[in-house]
Amino acid sequence: MIGQDLLGIEDLQRDQIELILETAETMQEIASRDVKKVPTLRGRTVVNLFFEPSTRTQTSFEIAGKRLAADVVNFSISSSSLSKSESLLDTAKTLDAMDPDVVIVRHRVAGVPRKIADILDAPVINAGDGAHEHPSQALLDMLTVYQEKGRIEGLSVAIVGDIAHSRVARSNIYGFTKLGAEVRIAGPPTLIPPGIEQLGVKSYVSLREALDGVDVVMALRIQNERLTGAFIPSVREYSAIYGIDRATLRFAKPDAIVMHPGPVNRGVELSHELTDDRPSVILDQVRNGVALRMALLYLIAGRTSSPGQESGS
Amino acid sequence: MSRVLIRGGRVLDPSTNRDETADLLIEDGLVAAIGASLSSADAEVVDASGRWVAPGFVDVHVHLRAPGQEYKEDLASGGRAAVAGGYTALCCMANTEPVNDDPSVTQFILDRAEKESPARIFPIAAATRGLKGEVMTEMAALKDAGAVAFSDDGATIMDAAVMRHVLEYSTLVSAPVVVHAEDCGLRAGGVMNEGVMSTRLGLPGNPVESEEIHVARDIRLARLTGARLHIGHVSAGGSVELIRRAKEEGLAVTAEVTPHHLSLTDEATQNFDTNTKMAPPLRTQKDVDILRRALVEGVIDCIATDHAPHADYEKAVEFSAAPFGVIGLETAFAIASDLYRTGEITPLQLMERMSTAPARIFELVGGGFEVGQQADVVILDPDQKWSYDAADGFSKSRNSPWSGLELTGRIEATFVQGRLVYQAEKGVVTQ
Repeated sequence: MIGQDLLGIEDLQRDQIELILETAETMQEIASRDVKKVPTLRGRTVVNLFFEPSTRTQTSFEIAGKRLAADVVNFSISSSSLSKSESLLDTAKTLDAMDPDVVIVRHRVAGVPRKIADILDAPVINAGDGAHEHPSQALLDMLTVYQEKGRIEGLSVAIVGDIAHSRVARSNIYGFTKLGAEVRIAGPPTLIPPGIEQLGVKSYVSLREALDGVDVVMALRIQNERLTGAFIPSVREYSAIYGIDRATLRFAKPDAIVMHPGPVNRGVELSHELTDDRPSVILDQVRNGVALRMALLYLIAGRTSSPGQESGS
Repeated sequence: MSRVLIRGGRVLDPSTNRDETADLLIEDGLVAAIGASLSSADAEVVDASGRWVAPGFVDVHVHLRAPGQEYKEDLASGGRAAVAGGYTALCCMANTEPVNDDPSVTQFILDRAEKESPARIFPIAAATRGLKGEVMTEMAALKDAGAVAFSDDGATIMDAAVMRHVLEYSTLVSAPVVVHAEDCGLRAGGVMNEGVMSTRLGLPGNPVESEEIHVARDIRLARLTGARLHIGHVSAGGSVELIRRAKEEGLAVTAEVTPHHLSLTDEATQNFDTNTKMAPPLRTQKDVDILRRALVEGVIDCIATDHAPHADYEKAVEFSAAPFGVIGLETAFAIASDLYRTGEITPLQLMERMSTAPARIFELVGGGFEVGQQADVVILDPDQKWSYDAADGFSKSRNSPWSGLELTGRIEATFVQGRLVYQAEKGVVTQ
């Protein structure tokens, strides 16, 4: 079993990750049915508590909850004003009083899901906190790689881009290394955080060296508005050095796949054609995201029932 | 005539290098005699056998929040927390509301302290008006009003020309200028030490270089001006070498370190506990080791708490939004005395760093047991275990990283000017 909350991949053991991935595979079948719904979480309330807008992740959790017949409530709050942040405590307590069964938390500040988990009786799933962790994204990435390659142990994964500000990078570093993959990171020196190699990765400035012989290339989104000037001189220069296209991909293994957590800045992190076509698996990632999140909701909120059985009969 | 006889303790007086079992006689608030088997027929006798008897501690860096933020702390609660921690004298920082940049505010603090605080209070006035780092304060008038030092503390003066003039002008009044050494540009939005922990937690980091660069700058300015520069709460090991060289050069540079920087590392932030968020931030074990050695060697002169009370609700927010700082008066000795229990520091050295040295640097009453001097005394048991719960403490605030832990080293009694103001068994005796 996995724990009460899912706050980060760093906290998980290998067998817990494997259980989540296996459960997600059983959930994938539900999406292929005419009626994409099982009553597993009927009567349970899943709350999407999003302090930062995220249409993709929120929708993915919402669909996942609905396919399991949970009542999904979206509770979106702007956290743009940190000066009003004492309401964080009040928000959590208010929510707790409504007795949710699972709360999915997204916040732009690292550590907030843990703080909310400390207050709530209900289990908390971290849907991304600052530059800390984004466990469901990493898990769906691992699921995607596993289904493409048939294994994760022994693979080489290169994560390219803004490692410093990326929760996706951190969660994937923990996840893939725990499952026995080699993880490399690459990006401009300003976007490589200090001490990152102590997390068990090798750090590269050269994209070519980073991609040399890898099985998986994962590009991260460049947040143009935040980075330009302070961390990178321009998007054009970033793209010229770290943008991935068919030419740079030749350094990787011939059957290497290309991933991106989305949304892609076309022509910046990935070339236009790579965004859409094989070996890019970006839409598989999105598809797997729903099944993976169903698995998380089932494992965390649905411990007393088993998935799919009632409607499957 | 009132007499108190503190009998049979291990009397530790760094000012005279005394470390012996002896009696201490106080008459009318003054040290009257120290010696074996003193007798005083009509004296109130306090048995201190098996305990240390030392000059009351002096904390040259606290935030007492009055005037203006009395919901966090005031001179009464801060003074009570002080004597409960063995402190008999405090220097309070100027970031009050209004800022202590005017003699009227200095006078207000002193008047209220006189009425409310069981510990002596010595205000540190702002170095620039409104802590804005632009126009220097009327240092002479402030000193006349009772200010003992000048500092903009956390509102670090980034303009080196302003700092130069502050230091130059301070030589007119011969008072120390206290610096919170952080290059604000390099610190950027950092909320914890920059390193593998900040990378793991995804929190913005603040590199040790932001402190070291500023320490180096201000030491150069101290050389340029001949001023007395006191470097507050050193956190980075790299600052120690700079301070050591400044002292070797003969500059009037002194430094302090907090109990938290002597004992905790950035690993303490693992669970995003905002009571591990302070400025400068907790660093690494390597820094802690260097700071401890520097304190023992006297390169860092003294311990100061940087007692920084904040209300619970202010700390119960996102890590990056929480205010910096922790309280520390009531736990300082327990935390710092780990250095004694590990054998790194002698009892006499520890008392020197907590009392004699800070009193000397800031030219305050106290710090020794000279006959005829004000009798500010602490009686403590360095090996006694006790449970600390900040909610039961005397400070109005509870933002301590040690709350809920069992600590070792307990203050048993505190005397200010010969009067018993704190007794562990009974709580604070009102002044």
